[in-house]
Amino acid sequence: MSVVTAAPMEHRSPLRSLGWAIPALVILVILPWVTDQYQTILLAYGLVMGIAALGFNLLLGYTGLLSFGHSAYFGVGAYTVALMVKYLGVTSMELFLAGAIVACVLVTAVFGVACVRYTRIFFGILTMALSQVLWSLAFKFFWVTGGTDGLRVPTPTLLGFVTGKGDKIAFLATAYYYYVLGVFILAVAVMWVIVNSPFGRALQAIRDNEVRAEFVGIQIRRYRWVAFMVSGVFTGLAGALWVPLNGLTTPDIMHWTFSGEIVFMTVLGGFRSFTGPIIGAIVFNYLKTYAVGYTVYWQGLLGLILVVLVLSLPTGIVGTADRLWARWRAK
Amino acid sequence: MDTVVIHLLNALLYASVLFLIAGGLSLIYGVMRIVNLAHGNLYAFGAYVTAWVVGTQVARLQASGGEPSQWLLLALLPVGALAAAAVGALLEPTLLRPFYKRAEEYQLLVTFGLLMILDDVIRFLWGPYPLTASVLFENFGSVNIGESIYPTYNFLVIAVGGLAAVFLWAFIYRTRFGVVLRATSQDMRMASALGVNVNRVYVQAFTLGCLMAGLGGAIIVPSQSAVLGMGVDALILSFIVVVVGGLGSLEGALLGALIVGVVREAGIAWFPEIELAVLYLIAAVVLLIRPAGLFGRA
Repeated sequence: MSVVTAAPMEHRSPLRSLGWAIPALVILVILPWVTDQYQTILLAYGLVMGIAALGFNLLLGYTGLLSFGHSAYFGVGAYTVALMVKYLGVTSMELFLAGAIVACVLVTAVFGVACVRYTRIFFGILTMALSQVLWSLAFKFFWVTGGTDGLRVPTPTLLGFVTGKGDKIAFLATAYYYYVLGVFILAVAVMWVIVNSPFGRALQAIRDNEVRAEFVGIQIRRYRWVAFMVSGVFTGLAGALWVPLNGLTTPDIMHWTFSGEIVFMTVLGGFRSFTGPIIGAIVFNYLKTYAVGYTVYWQGLLGLILVVLVLSLPTGIVGTADRLWARWRAK
Repeated sequence: MDTVVIHLLNALLYASVLFLIAGGLSLIYGVMRIVNLAHGNLYAFGAYVTAWVVGTQVARLQASGGEPSQWLLLALLPVGALAAAAVGALLEPTLLRPFYKRAEEYQLLVTFGLLMILDDVIRFLWGPYPLTASVLFENFGSVNIGESIYPTYNFLVIAVGGLAAVFLWAFIYRTRFGVVLRATSQDMRMASALGVNVNRVYVQAFTLGCLMAGLGGAIIVPSQSAVLGMGVDALILSFIVVVVGGLGSLEGALLGALIVGVVREAGIAWFPEIELAVLYLIAAVVLLIRPAGLFGRA
């Protein structure tokens, strides 16, 4: 029994997908002019988490591996940026992203070798245990990582000339928002190419039937290992983009409960579609922000939503919308 | 010499509580093949209920001018365990039962949601401040070990942990219910075909697992105190225990609890910075060498 049962991933034709993507893109581009700064920054957070969930879903949705340790790679991205500021005095965002990618490749390459030997629940527990190693290091080595106080990260320099001198909020809501949007579009495009490449098809073959995939000549472990790295790097990239937005990185983002949040948003959107995790991440971001503002018991509220969601809408927002759309068209 | 004895006693103390929590987790996995992420919250629930009951009794007695008898307070300890068991008996049929036939990730997600809910239920019921039952701990006084002193209450915790292990072993290997439990764990369909009411076994196993977690919380709360977040910490430690010992194996949980207890105590004494990292690495290494754990069956 594979982790993901039945229902092959739906493949839309590229043209039909563009029909959805272009209006969405137009909205994302003009939104900062329509809404206030707070809403724009909130959306930037959502887009960043979208990249993280997109990376995560390469493993869950496409390879059939449920990781409960993706907070580690998000944290590696974030802490790489913070340590580059602290020890190297770097301010360039491009260098931050490059550094985060390199660090994540190294960490996921090592972790991946260990993790891809297992599937199902053991894969989940192993990824969780390894992520907790990093969390405890970030937590305990306070003279390097600042411990629970975390590390502050000032606003970076974008593309070598745009700086956040002066109004930090305005910088985050305009220049940095568009920077995030740019990286987001790039990440979505790259991921789209990956999942539709022969490599992506091979991953889906492994997910659907491991034995058959091996008979066809796919080297299962090597494919899983590469998928693990790509997935971790996307999530690490999101971590690097997240730090300047938050201005601070703390060990919380390495803790396994944050991995749970990444799983939550992916399932919320629907892990059996390409766009599901992105939509799930953006919706989850609003959900969490407003739940925190609405009640001190926001965690319980989110838990309740998660339980109801898993009980009644297991295909998530996108899966449910697809079904309703198909039913409406059939009439 | 004294310090070695005290370190060993502390290691046993950790191991006792960890065995109760992780043993419950392992029992539930062994029978139902569910990893209950909310298990740590049931341990926290047991701790809170006991602290609350003991606290209100002490306050009531002191208001009427009496001194709380420590035997009465001791008799109140299991209340927390029973409360956790009751919660378990309620949760299994309502929330978990619909998920046995579905993919694993849904089971993990629903228990993760439960973790978030129970965390806030505790916050709602008892507020954000720690709850203590330290009267019980202090009443027992301390004993001298060489030139050091050691709290007598800790011996009680170690004894309860040991007794629980013995009772559980007898229960599972020497009673009729144990036979049914093991049969269901080995082959649920076969057991069902032979006339075992699997649903009932599941409820009983889950309740027993929760009872153990609640008991762990109840006996440790007088010497520590009930705080928010204790559940998640305990869950992670008991994950290490079951991974080292083998998911689904009680002997493994006992051995794992002893290993984790010793390493933790040694870590706090000699390498505090990497104490947690060492524990997680041990778990990762065991998973790599023996994925089913030291006592596990794949």
